[in-house]
Amino acid sequence: MEQTTTQNEVQFSDAAMAEIRRYISHYPADRKKSAILPILHIAQAEFGGWVSPEVQDKVAEILDIQPIEVYEVATFYTMFNLKPVGKHVLEVCRTGPCMLRGADHLIEHLESRLGCHVGENSADGLFTLKTVECLAACGMGPMLQIREKYYENLDPQKMDQLLDDLSKE
Amino acid sequence: MATIYIDNVPYEVKPGKNLLEACLTLGINLPYFCWHPAMGSVGACRQCAVKVFKDEADTKGRLIMSCMEPVRDNIRLSVDEPEAKEFREHVIEWLMTNHPHDCAVCDEGGACHLQDMTVMSGHNYRRYEYKKRTYQNQYLGPFLNHEMNRCIQCYRCVRFYKDYAGGHDLDVFAAHNHVYFGRHENGVLENEFSGNLAEVCPTGVFTDKTLKQHYTRKWDLTMAPSVCQHCSLGCNISAGERYGSLRQITSRYNGEVNGYFICDRGRFGYEFVNSPARIRKALVRTHLPEAVTKEVALQEIWGELRQARLIGIGSPRASLESNFALKALVGENNFHLGVDENDQDLVDLSLKILRKGPARNFSLREVETADAVFILGEDLTNTAPMLALAVRQSVRQQPLAQVAQASIPFWQDAAARELVQDKKGPLFIASITATKLDEIATATAHASPDAIARLGFAVANLISENSPVVTHLSEAEETMAQQIADALKTAKKPLIISGCASGSEAVLKAAANIAGALCEQVKTAGIVLTVPECNSLGLAMLGGHRLESAFEAIQNGYADSVIILENNLYRCANKTAVDSFLGHAKEVLVLDHLHHATTEKARIVLPAGTFAEADGTLVNNEGRAQRFYQVYPTPEDLQESWRWLINIGTSLRHPVLSNWKNLDDINQALAEADNQFKGILAAAPPAEFRIAGQKIPRESHRFSGRTAMNAHHAVSEPKPPEDPDTPLTFTMEGYRGEPPSSIIPFFWSPGWNSIQSVNKYQEEIGGHLHHGDPGIRLIEPVQTNLTHYFSEVPEDFAPLQNHLFMVPLYHIFGSEEQSILAPGIAQRAPEPYVAICEADAHALQLKEGNNLDFSLEHQIIRLPVKINNDITKGTAGLPKGLPGVPYAELPAWAIILKQETTWKHQPQIIS
Repeated sequence: MEQTTTQNEVQFSDAAMAEIRRYISHYPADRKKSAILPILHIAQAEFGGWVSPEVQDKVAEILDIQPIEVYEVATFYTMFNLKPVGKHVLEVCRTGPCMLRGADHLIEHLESRLGCHVGENSADGLFTLKTVECLAACGMGPMLQIREKYYENLDPQKMDQLLDDLSKE
Repeated sequence: MATIYIDNVPYEVKPGKNLLEACLTLGINLPYFCWHPAMGSVGACRQCAVKVFKDEADTKGRLIMSCMEPVRDNIRLSVDEPEAKEFREHVIEWLMTNHPHDCAVCDEGGACHLQDMTVMSGHNYRRYEYKKRTYQNQYLGPFLNHEMNRCIQCYRCVRFYKDYAGGHDLDVFAAHNHVYFGRHENGVLENEFSGNLAEVCPTGVFTDKTLKQHYTRKWDLTMAPSVCQHCSLGCNISAGERYGSLRQITSRYNGEVNGYFICDRGRFGYEFVNSPARIRKALVRTHLPEAVTKEVALQEIWGELRQARLIGIGSPRASLESNFALKALVGENNFHLGVDENDQDLVDLSLKILRKGPARNFSLREVETADAVFILGEDLTNTAPMLALAVRQSVRQQPLAQVAQASIPFWQDAAARELVQDKKGPLFIASITATKLDEIATATAHASPDAIARLGFAVANLISENSPVVTHLSEAEETMAQQIADALKTAKKPLIISGCASGSEAVLKAAANIAGALCEQVKTAGIVLTVPECNSLGLAMLGGHRLESAFEAIQNGYADSVIILENNLYRCANKTAVDSFLGHAKEVLVLDHLHHATTEKARIVLPAGTFAEADGTLVNNEGRAQRFYQVYPTPEDLQESWRWLINIGTSLRHPVLSNWKNLDDINQALAEADNQFKGILAAAPPAEFRIAGQKIPRESHRFSGRTAMNAHHAVSEPKPPEDPDTPLTFTMEGYRGEPPSSIIPFFWSPGWNSIQSVNKYQEEIGGHLHHGDPGIRLIEPVQTNLTHYFSEVPEDFAPLQNHLFMVPLYHIFGSEEQSILAPGIAQRAPEPYVAICEADAHALQLKEGNNLDFSLEHQIIRLPVKINNDITKGTAGLPKGLPGVPYAELPAWAIILKQETTWKHQPQIIS
């Protein structure tokens, strides 16, 4: 298979690089790889909410490891997005308690409203719909997470309101 | 010994093992996936669950994974307990939910561990009726197919590839129900042991791609025990044939030699046997047509040779029997070893070192248990690949002491690796260029052969003052020598590895001195020396004159005709010398399997059987004589070289050869003629060996199509071909039980169709085969306290103006004569090149890829430059044996020829 090379060199901002160096400094010089998870998170935040193969290669370069070693970590964790995502990533809890409180209806509603399935982006590219396992807010289900923020006790009406607000942002 | 109770029956078992190993050793069937005898336990698949009970009164018990539970005295377990059985049945059902229903078209079918375990666990009906998870497969190169849908996530592939074999480009991706084992992108799997994945994988995710070209089910193969011909280690293999072509090579367990694995050259290099360039008919060049029958050829030979003054040239890749037959035919005084002059000296020296001791020549298994290793002048991955794999295991020895201290059994693989992290035991490598083992080495030095030898001598001197002093060492060399000497001295089982690859006697002598010096202190010190070819050591033991003296004999008119045995002289002597030799000889007779430059010059060419069409014995680098067996009957004209030589001897009324009829006659004569070969008769049972009056079948009892496959010749079943040389038959009839270890054509046991059936043939799991491993050691070092030291320490290497010192480099795929003819191996071989360091390239105004012209032994050679900064300044690496690189005796000085002017340097004309 042909390997495509990107024209644009992946470049972290100075602030991100400083943060990366700080994490690397936590570990012995020959164990740089230990910093892989926080650096992938930084990379994801830095490059539009997902880690492309090129970004992963860059992380490998920074950590002095083979790209395959980054791929195995990045593909393992569901919190790393391997495909481009929308501006807002909706992570809906689908674990038991939320399901009992109607998470399944909420997901159906989101799918029809956004016109996409779970794991896909909405047509306008604003939203990505994901389902995740328990976020430890079982008392307030159904709920979802957008970045670090929780939205709880949701129903279709509240959901619509939230999406409208987010669209305007 | 510990007593364990399995289903209330007491058994005596060895402590220290796990319950799964104990059960399998006792012959009790217990299914497993993630456990592998060479790789230990991780307790991941949950397939080997058994019930363990507190005491006799306990009827409830608890489920445990037998691979994770050590043998304890008086432990009570049950394999047949209903709950345990049900548990195992459920586990296999879960593992099978995503497994496709494609056994009928799967290459693994019929030799599949997953099939066997499914049947064994009693999961007979599939209840899962939903969509199965599917994957995209990858292109993995010429050796392996990839079919991820079949994966059951046992993780054995990555554990073998990364943890055991040190590979970097196979990994596991993603999680949960979509775990993926593969490369980060399509591409060739780089590790030299990748082919073992086909055997390590319990199902058909990784399968042999060369087999797919001419696919045959395991049960339809005619198989024979064989010995790999592609390096000097003599790994045991099983070779399988159908419809007259060789289909597959698999590893054949030998507890002392290769264990469970073989390298990719050994596994995939077999296709030269099926090459269209094979010589299948006797050829007499002066005849029209050239191809003649056996009778005509022998008639012709009788006519020409009965009056001739004959010499013979043997071969390090031909069997002991063929070489001995030739020696007997032409007479001791007229037998020449067909090897490079330098190689002959080196192999003779190796033999002398191994014989005189006091260090013991280690087998591959012993290498794995060495706790400090020093490699001198060898790039093991490319010269003796399985030895490199064994060294990879040896560096775990010292860190494992820590594991033992923590009371963790060694087979607790995940725990042991977690505790050890990436700590490695002492491994030192002094080599001509960087080697793949460097990554696990404590310290490495890349230097010229003389500098390697000097380092070695320095180490020897530091261990024992009886070994000569080395003067004028650099500070770095002194520090390294001290470091190596300290590590070797404190080790319990130190090992020195060297060999003929660097082309330097001094390197071998240095290695011998270190081993000798160690033996003054550590009695268990060992030595391993590699030699160039599969039977180099056997040929050296047999003994003969130099190749050069053969040339002289013809030139001086002492002899007029020559028989060349399985040898392309252009690979072991200078072209002009060989041209003149073959030109002067009145009659040139060549016996070989493939056409090459030497057969082109022969007037008579006889078709010799390859390892697949011949029986014979090889002596590996350890001095172990091992028998290989003909896999399938061949057309009458194609036969073993020794049989041709007997035919020739008979037609010439030779007093000795006329009395020989089969392989045993030759071996008997060899054992009688030469005391060092006395043991050879014990290497394998004689042809008249029978069990219950029966021979051992090469075909499985499920072999199909025995009449149908010949129906285009005759519809009635032909008489089965006879095998007068061995206790094996070419058919499916014969004794179905377990034969002696050296004549096991394939491993099979009821319910165990995959290669895992080897469990049933071992004394204990991972140990020796029943009644001892195949082969017999012909060389045992003299037990002495007195070490004789070599005293000639070479001068350090000094570059020479306008010259480059050419040193040999090796490639696992490319350097060996026969395997390179297999298309897959050829695809992996590099293009011809000459390697020089950046500084030399700069001085010569050369860039990577530019041509370098040089004169070597009166030949002018032009090769593209490869920059390699591990090559010492003033030396250059020449890939030995690679097609496109002419033969030259190495190491040797080459004269750099002046560069042609290129357009850039042409004077500009200013008008």
